[in-house]
Amino acid sequence: MLEFARWKYILVACVMLLALVFAAPNFFGDDLAVQVAARDRSPLDATSQAAVEAQLQANGAAFKRAYLDEGRVMVLFDDVTQQLAGRDAIDRIGGNYVSALANAPRAPNIFRKLGLRPMPLGLDLRGGLYLLYEVDVNDAISQLLDSYDQDFRRALNAANISFSDTALHPGPEGFNDGVRVTFATGGDLEAARDVLRKAVPDMNFTIETGGPVPYVDATLTDAQIKERQRLAIEQNMITLRNRVNEMGVTEPEVRQQGLDRIAVSLPGVTNSAEVKDILGKVATLEFRLTDTQNNAVEAAQRGRAPLGSRLDFHRPDATGYRQPTLLKREIIARGADLVDATTTMTQEGPAVAIRLSSKAGDEMLRITQANLSKPMAVVLIEKRTEKYTDKDGAIQTRDVTDRQVISEATIRGVFSNQFNITGLGQNEARELALLMRSGQLAAKMVPVSERPVGPSLGRENIKSGVTALLIGSAGLFVFMILYYHLFGVVASGVLLSNVVLLTALLSLLKASLSLPGIAGILLTVGMAVDANVIIYERIREELRNGVSPQTAIRAGFEKAWSAIWDSNVTTFIAGLVLWVLGTGPIRNFAIVLMLGILTSMFTAMWGSRAVLTLIYGGRHKTTRLSIG
Amino acid sequence: MEFFHKSTSFPFMATRRVWYVLSALLIVGSIVMFFLRDLNLSVDFTGGTTVEATYPGTADVEKVRGALETAGFKEPTVQAFGSASDIAVRLAPEPDQSADQVRARVQEALRNVDPGVEMKPLEFVGPQVGDELRNAAITALSVTMVAVFLYLFLRFHTWRLSLGAILAVLHDPILIIGWFALSQTPFDLAVVAALLAVVGYSLNDTIIVFDRIRERFEANRRLDPRLVLDQSINQTLSRTIMTKVTTLIVVVALLLLGGPALRGFSEALVIGIIAGTYSSIYISSSAALDFGLKCEHVFPPVRSREVDSLP
Repeated sequence: MLEFARWKYILVACVMLLALVFAAPNFFGDDLAVQVAARDRSPLDATSQAAVEAQLQANGAAFKRAYLDEGRVMVLFDDVTQQLAGRDAIDRIGGNYVSALANAPRAPNIFRKLGLRPMPLGLDLRGGLYLLYEVDVNDAISQLLDSYDQDFRRALNAANISFSDTALHPGPEGFNDGVRVTFATGGDLEAARDVLRKAVPDMNFTIETGGPVPYVDATLTDAQIKERQRLAIEQNMITLRNRVNEMGVTEPEVRQQGLDRIAVSLPGVTNSAEVKDILGKVATLEFRLTDTQNNAVEAAQRGRAPLGSRLDFHRPDATGYRQPTLLKREIIARGADLVDATTTMTQEGPAVAIRLSSKAGDEMLRITQANLSKPMAVVLIEKRTEKYTDKDGAIQTRDVTDRQVISEATIRGVFSNQFNITGLGQNEARELALLMRSGQLAAKMVPVSERPVGPSLGRENIKSGVTALLIGSAGLFVFMILYYHLFGVVASGVLLSNVVLLTALLSLLKASLSLPGIAGILLTVGMAVDANVIIYERIREELRNGVSPQTAIRAGFEKAWSAIWDSNVTTFIAGLVLWVLGTGPIRNFAIVLMLGILTSMFTAMWGSRAVLTLIYGGRHKTTRLSIG
Repeated sequence: MEFFHKSTSFPFMATRRVWYVLSALLIVGSIVMFFLRDLNLSVDFTGGTTVEATYPGTADVEKVRGALETAGFKEPTVQAFGSASDIAVRLAPEPDQSADQVRARVQEALRNVDPGVEMKPLEFVGPQVGDELRNAAITALSVTMVAVFLYLFLRFHTWRLSLGAILAVLHDPILIIGWFALSQTPFDLAVVAALLAVVGYSLNDTIIVFDRIRERFEANRRLDPRLVLDQSINQTLSRTIMTKVTTLIVVVALLLLGGPALRGFSEALVIGIIAGTYSSIYISSSAALDFGLKCEHVFPPVRSREVDSLP
């Protein structure tokens, strides 16, 4: 008698059913689509969808259907001509909408509503641009130290302690990690240290009196350095995300790689020069005094600013109105001077704490002394490329400079490089801090690698990958059936379900599929069959020893287990190492390899046993096995 | 259908010297090859710039190379590919130059040959990225080998089997690298992935044979080790070969149909699988025998307690 517990049947059936559901979206293919998103990344709603549809209809552009997906409007088209015409129509709306050519999964809506999606394709399969930036994190640390340096000087001056000099000081690893304050011999270094510690509390302070020049070293702790590096990377990533988002790319990826690298994947993008311009662009801030002597509203009506001033506008308010402001010509500080802008809580409520570089601090000190109680404004200046329709109706692009006043506040005290902007709501403060930071890269970064994949090469890669997968599997199935007859058919079915299970897991993990990933799936199929071969060979061996068919099957499964386990452990080790040390497509291969090993053990030991027990497990006495 | 209907009885142990010589030749040959002709490392590892361009007429490879040298590029590689008007250019990394600077210089050089040239987007890998990837690849290979060695030492009761398995598994990376030096197929990141996967995978057969050896010794402790090893290899032969044939079917499909991007990857797999199968059949057990493998190494003899007779 062959037996296989009922709960195991149920488990196998449930797992396979779930796997089918999760894997299903991958088998429907893609539709051509245009994705419409908001420039400021706020989620779009049904109103926007209606607006987009109305625009398409007004322009006589045919489309299949439109739906909302995670705050973006997806419009589906039948062919490329329709898709391009549709995008042109949508681009004429302009305003807050950004459009991008995209592929939308063709799977029925029900899958999308359940959150089930096909595996996203890697750049090597759909074409696009991969950029790797290196962030100069030490630059970010030096910026911070510069401003501490300024704090120290001020604190020592205020405490009437004379010192010779302050300078950034390189640590053992070669980059600046502290500030060294030098004194004339005979000074009270301990008092100086206490003053310094009061100015910037959390640093390490060491006194050195032994040498010719006595000094106090203020060094950042390792934790502070790490934190500053982390913040710099994070801020650069936020900035990059904002900019990538403005380009209207579908499913862009911006992620950290290693300690100080940021990898940017831009599907469908080929023009790297243009992209790098946008990503590397410097949005700047300007701190200016407000011109209170002239009337801004009048100037706005005339469309001209009085001499010595310039006309700027606030960000649109809830009704879309942009309040005009007249600003003085002189710039007090620029975005490059901004070291940090964070939200903080003060006695007067939420605020944005701003820290400027020491140089800008000096200027700020001078200005604030002379202009107490006068308003000061912060202007955000961004350069971007805009699409527009020229007089012939063709879509063109042009460079636009956006200027907007993001804050206007009264100077309430004399300050230099550290001050708060108060009088804000909690959300306002958060938004202002983000705005001030977003235009700004925290640290210099340079592209250290760029790899374009043309869309046609991507299509070729998919085609050859999938062809190899299909032909390779088919060849294997034919071989297995010729060699093992009915058992071969079972093995083929098991391998097929292994691919389904693997696809389901990969879709669940949202791991983007690369060409090595496809190769990994095929390799997994080739290795997964080993488990079946090991079991079948064992069954044949048992049969040769004269054991009854049903006992042979049972023995085959039971005795083969340790061999199957063994044969997978070492491959799994290799996969694990690749996963830990690899990046991008190689990592994808490693994931496929490891998951494939797990799914193949499950399908070979349980799936194939369930099926064989169903076939041969009946009460009637089986005399022969169809195992070739 | 069955390839091994009767159980085989090949004298693997008696002929093992022949296989040692073959292995030695292959390994020494690979190492010599590696030192004679460097691997054709891809931009992944060397850093540098690659760009493809199409000329309106036939591309003059020599002229293009000359133009690039005039533009200050050291030892540019220019190859025709696809049609006669397509060329692929590969340039050594230049630490101080950004992708845009390189692009401008290449464009000018190519236009000097014929202004009608059309340049595809350029691929640029900074030298530091190349170095890092190379280090990561070497680390990955070393870590995998060490992890596998450790596993093998823990897996068997005697160092004789462990060392036999290690000697066998060393064939894979060495022969694969030898092949890439010989064929000059571009050695890229995917090849490293294939190399690691195959190191893990080809150990399977050795482990299966060794398990059978243990089983045979368990059945009869008095048997000559030489006989046990021969029997074990022969009894598992059909399984060893079948599992590799099935995997080779898909890997060959990958090699033939997977396109140029997977070329190196599939070549490494084919070589590795064949080398792994060979070494686990011919080398691992033989080596264990020459390390003096005996039954008591696998199963320590049960020491019978001696009872002293009372005076």
